[in-house]
Amino acid sequence: MKTSAITATLIFTSLLGAGATQAKGPTVKIGAIFSVTGPAANLGGPEARTLEMLVQEANKKGGIGGNQIELVLKDSGSSPEKAISFAKQLIEEDKVFAIIGPSTSGETLKIKGIAEEGKTILLSCAAAEAIVNPVASYVFKVAPNDSHAARRIFEQMKKMGIAKIGLLSSNTGFGKAGKEQVEKLAPGFGIQIVANEVYEKEATDLTAVVTKLKAANVQAFINWSIEPAQAIVIKNARQVGLSVPIFQSHGFGNIQYARAAGPAAEGVIFPASRLLVADSLPAGDKQKPVLLKYKQSYEARYHEDASTFGGHAHDALLLLGKAVEKAGGLDNEKVRAALESLQGVVGTAGVFNFSARDHGGLGMDAFEMQTVKNGKFVVYSDAAAKK
Amino acid sequence: MSLDLLFQYLVAGITYGTIYAIVAIGFNIIYNTTGIINFAQGEFVMLGGMIGVTLHALLPVPLAIAGAVIATMLVGALIEMLFIRWLRRPSVLRLIIITIGLSIAIRELALLLWGEGVRALPYFSGTAVTSLSVGDVHISPQVLWVLGISAVMVVALNFFFARTLLGRQMRACACNREAAQLCGISAKNMVTLSFVLSAGIGALAGCVISPITYVQYDSGTSLALKGFTVAILGGLGNSMAAIVAGLLLGTLESFSIWVMPAAYKDVIAISILLLILFVRPSGLFGNAEAARLKDY
Repeated sequence: MKTSAITATLIFTSLLGAGATQAKGPTVKIGAIFSVTGPAANLGGPEARTLEMLVQEANKKGGIGGNQIELVLKDSGSSPEKAISFAKQLIEEDKVFAIIGPSTSGETLKIKGIAEEGKTILLSCAAAEAIVNPVASYVFKVAPNDSHAARRIFEQMKKMGIAKIGLLSSNTGFGKAGKEQVEKLAPGFGIQIVANEVYEKEATDLTAVVTKLKAANVQAFINWSIEPAQAIVIKNARQVGLSVPIFQSHGFGNIQYARAAGPAAEGVIFPASRLLVADSLPAGDKQKPVLLKYKQSYEARYHEDASTFGGHAHDALLLLGKAVEKAGGLDNEKVRAALESLQGVVGTAGVFNFSARDHGGLGMDAFEMQTVKNGKFVVYSDAAAKK
Repeated sequence: MSLDLLFQYLVAGITYGTIYAIVAIGFNIIYNTTGIINFAQGEFVMLGGMIGVTLHALLPVPLAIAGAVIATMLVGALIEMLFIRWLRRPSVLRLIIITIGLSIAIRELALLLWGEGVRALPYFSGTAVTSLSVGDVHISPQVLWVLGISAVMVVALNFFFARTLLGRQMRACACNREAAQLCGISAKNMVTLSFVLSAGIGALAGCVISPITYVQYDSGTSLALKGFTVAILGGLGNSMAAIVAGLLLGTLESFSIWVMPAAYKDVIAISILLLILFVRPSGLFGNAEAARLKDY
């Protein structure tokens, strides 16, 4: 049929474009599984573009450990089922050296066991703690912990004297993992969750949900999601006259959502990587040079704002490169051990210090509380907020 | 629960309902002339929104919307001429499969053209935080825009189908294709016209709802699902019924959130769809006799 032929051609050409590489000299195959399409496309899109850009740059400079990188990029469409089959394909058929991704926690948790069994290094770009706890020897993650984000939010709430909150989350792996952390940590900070709602990830209007929060007389609410719903929810909250402080997760770290919500986004408080506020960091900041270099080259090439998610792909490739260097070759086990012992590697998400017990490597300081001011992300300060 | 709160849930329900209804109307037009469900209807909505946002970079909002509607109408015409018109005796099933294929192709094309980001037209009046308040009940002015435009659309459509020659010709084709052809009506042109019309209506819907829901390459799918539910609930082919059914479903969903976790909202919608299909397949306001006369 004509239609299926067209669809097939489209898919084929998009795959061709994605997988294009130039092979000279010895090569190393690196797989990547990203949610380039689907509800988590705003994670996977920048991640895929970042990796394509950095692999090209790295290959011009001789690749990693003297090997040209051959990138095998797969679009999981945010579907854990597809992530599973791609992971198997990459490990068994393509025999890749390592896999970067997936973009979401749900997908990563589904392929954690596959990577471990296949003895293939997996550098996940997703945040859920369960990815590295319990530790699987071949599985690492480069995105900061949900619990750190939740802790930073609660610390901020304590400062503001907030004790009764509402919690909203989307029914995705990211939303669920965040919800668990918030529920677990809240009592320790003396914070009570009086309304707790989960919404579907394709939600187009959440007026009824925020009405429920309003009825519960919350002093603030946290929304934990990565979908467009996180922009919709703040709009709806302001529309129904819910004027309490709004906290978002680190999933809010993509300026397009702040732009989409327009004036409703002003004053939203969220923990995120310093990448978003790279320009306004003090000159002595350890991360600033790395952040600016990535941000500028990404923005020059793709004419869109760099996001923390693209930064995760950057960090994953950086860490892999360092580990190969340290191991002195492409020995699977040696590189894994080298990765595990990397210390003080400055990435976009923070400073990575891995150990045999910690495959996440980032500390609480990876997050900086930020807010939206005049349509831009800025570092949050209590003094400025009071004015 | 206070009265204010009750009304606030009602407002939320009306918001959902009008969005669903405006999408459902597009389904009805093609169904009326061809007897098929156009599964690419959601993509018309998405295309309208996307083109509208793109044009808005150069043009003011009303012109951008007009441009988006015309462009999507052309896409609708093109689709019908390329993929439907030349089929000699297409079965309903074949047509439906074609529209499913088209919806996938359009979605992929939109992804290539616009990327995966979310976009939206600005609010027609006020901003994202503006709301009209009666007591402690708040409603976004955009919801009123959606309601108003849906209402005008339904009235205009009813006038078109009841009073104009072209509209009557389309209805004649829907009733009895062969008899209509014997009277000198080109059935093929009528089918093209129905695609053009429903593409235009979808595009208009896409533009009007985009400030509320945002638009991205795959936003058509979930909208189409709800729109389809509403079209079935009201009775396929009946646009006025679609509005009533939309409001009904929207309100039910919104009040369900009051008593149940929000994640069960879709369960309500799908349960209603199944229930209607089992108990009253012709829809709440549909005519069972008339439905039986259709092709299947």
